[in-house]
Amino acid sequence: MSVRTLPLVFINLGGEMLYILDQRLRAHNTSEDNSEKGVWSENDRRIVMNDIVSTLFSKSFMDELLKPQKLYSHRTMKTVLTRIAHTSIMRLNPASMDRLYELMVMAFKYQVFLCPRPKDLLLITYNHMDTIREFVKDTPAVVNHVDETHRKIIEVYSSLPEGEFQLLRQTLLIFFQNMHVRVSTFIKNKIQNPNGRFVLTTSGPVPHGTDVPGLIRTFDNKGKEVRRSEFPTGGSYTSPVREGSFELHGQRVLRLGLNMYTVDHPEETHTSKIPSVKADDSPNLLAKEELNLLARLMGSMKVDSVPRVETRFRINLFNTDQEEEQAEASGGAVGSSFDVINIQAMQDEQAATQLAQIAGQFEEHAEKPETHSVNKGDDLLAMMDDL
Amino acid sequence: MYHKEKSIQIKNSASALYNNLCVLRIAPRRLTYFTVVHANVVNMVSASWDGLNYSHRQLQSKEPNVATSTSLIMQAAFCVLTSRDLLVVTSQKGIQMYESDGSIMVYWHALETPETPTEQAVFARGISGVWENYICVGVSSGAMLVFDIPSKGSNITLSEVLHEHSESITDMASECSGSQECIANLVTADDVGNLCVWKSGEEFQLLNKIPGFDMSCSSVKLWKGTVVAGYGTGQIRLYEAVTGILHAEVNAHARWIYSLDIAPFSGLLLSAAEDSLVRVWHLTMTPETNSVEIAHLHNECVTDTQICGAKFCDGDGYAFAVTGYDLSEIIRYVQS
Repeated sequence: MSVRTLPLVFINLGGEMLYILDQRLRAHNTSEDNSEKGVWSENDRRIVMNDIVSTLFSKSFMDELLKPQKLYSHRTMKTVLTRIAHTSIMRLNPASMDRLYELMVMAFKYQVFLCPRPKDLLLITYNHMDTIREFVKDTPAVVNHVDETHRKIIEVYSSLPEGEFQLLRQTLLIFFQNMHVRVSTFIKNKIQNPNGRFVLTTSGPVPHGTDVPGLIRTFDNKGKEVRRSEFPTGGSYTSPVREGSFELHGQRVLRLGLNMYTVDHPEETHTSKIPSVKADDSPNLLAKEELNLLARLMGSMKVDSVPRVETRFRINLFNTDQEEEQAEASGGAVGSSFDVINIQAMQDEQAATQLAQIAGQFEEHAEKPETHSVNKGDDLLAMMDDL
Repeated sequence: MYHKEKSIQIKNSASALYNNLCVLRIAPRRLTYFTVVHANVVNMVSASWDGLNYSHRQLQSKEPNVATSTSLIMQAAFCVLTSRDLLVVTSQKGIQMYESDGSIMVYWHALETPETPTEQAVFARGISGVWENYICVGVSSGAMLVFDIPSKGSNITLSEVLHEHSESITDMASECSGSQECIANLVTADDVGNLCVWKSGEEFQLLNKIPGFDMSCSSVKLWKGTVVAGYGTGQIRLYEAVTGILHAEVNAHARWIYSLDIAPFSGLLLSAAEDSLVRVWHLTMTPETNSVEIAHLHNECVTDTQICGAKFCDGDGYAFAVTGYDLSEIIRYVQS
């Protein structure tokens, strides 16, 4: 399948993450039991957004993503995205991070599923980037990072043929397969059914480059049209709307990828799983290839010196602390638990370098017997858990 | 014209891949096999005609070694040859061939994969059995591998590698009318819509190349010398294979077409797309005027589902089956 998915995955999932965090950060302490420590000031919010955006769009991280490589498991994606979120002064408990990840993935799944043409995946990505630019518009240095990344994406993806974009889209759809988490804002807006499936209408404008269905044309041996007839389509389709812009700035026209969340409506981010769907049963051991990618991505993340603050601001994606704890206890939170107290920048860099070194050793000792590398894999996983 | 029958439940949901349903009718045993691809697994269901017995089997993509992560399967298809039937499975790593019931793997061909990943993804896609005893498989580079299949056993050999396509192969089909008179017996399609028409033999002969219009041809059939091609724009085109003359053009679907099938005895055509619609058409040939016509017969909407596979269950088109992305069932329709 496609080897070019990672940049689009991280920009779009990262974008959705920022939309949700932005909503949470703007909400005036809406938790029922006043559990969120203090109200976030405008300044705090700006710092958090700037930190996350500058990490996500850092040159070293993007360069790593742009290398041709496979799309691995949700576990790896979630680990890297959590790390990105925690480069800011904000903290999320595992249960909240799990819910955040579910929201991000369901939103992106919706956008990919309904994407009119495979190439419109780029417009969805640019919508995310345009909104992200707005979040950090007061910090030109960070805006620059976003612009640079945007230019690179244009350079790499603009000339891909439609068939390649469809392969990319199919790869993403396999990644999202079997996820049917119900998101309350989607259900409210009637874009998702109560069974978790997205609504696909048989009406509306056809994608750019497609003709409205219903016409049969017959030709003779000389190529002259000899008959036209129509057939009932079972839908009500209309002509395509104008094409969106694929430039650095411009009207995207397509609305997929824009911020679906509104301020002061935290209930929008409520989710519920379908009881019958079984949980992700991916094996505990990540294959060597995947561990390599994880180590490289973590190592490439640029961690700017984070101010030594004693208290970290916590974001809760549930209504109360109690609810969050219950979600965690019921096994909702899979994977490592994070230290809520300080993680200093220095340690991060060290840890990241160590990870990269271990990854390097994997590549040198590729001939070693499998049991040995499995043990190393366990070490690497344990290290990640400590971060 | 058709009504919905009881669906067959499958172990996992279907992945969003072109032509993601294959059907093989075993008349002597009153059974039909269905195959549906889910990521790195092929789900096989054997359904008895009386509707009472269903047995399931899963085939995994072959892993070259434990250290690499799983290889995704692009397509699974039955190849019906004069002497035997085989099930062919193509993935990112190579090509596996099984006896048609999926019980034994008789052949494995590894694709050449470079040490470090290149910009172009590597995989095999596009499968067809061709008269008399060949199986052709397409590769993402555009190459076509031709395998020589003995009447029994596993002594399968790579007979030829053909390099006519420069873009990734999407689908291929052999002449399905059963007529020996057709000169062309294989058509291959690629990601920019180019179609190549071949005559099989010890050395395959390229009879014609029909240029595309920069739009992927995701599904193709060949019947009585006519190529039926489905495109990403939702269009279906009918070409005369050997000359490339365009007989008809249909604005059939509002989204990417994922599957086409023909019932050879009746000339019924099935088309299915991401727009959630399956359409049934009728093809008529008039040899005197050398014309081919297509008429619309019926629509079925699979609500909220992007369809990825649709096949007739028999040569007359009395019944057909459908799979959709994220759906864990094979939906069946039967003529009323």
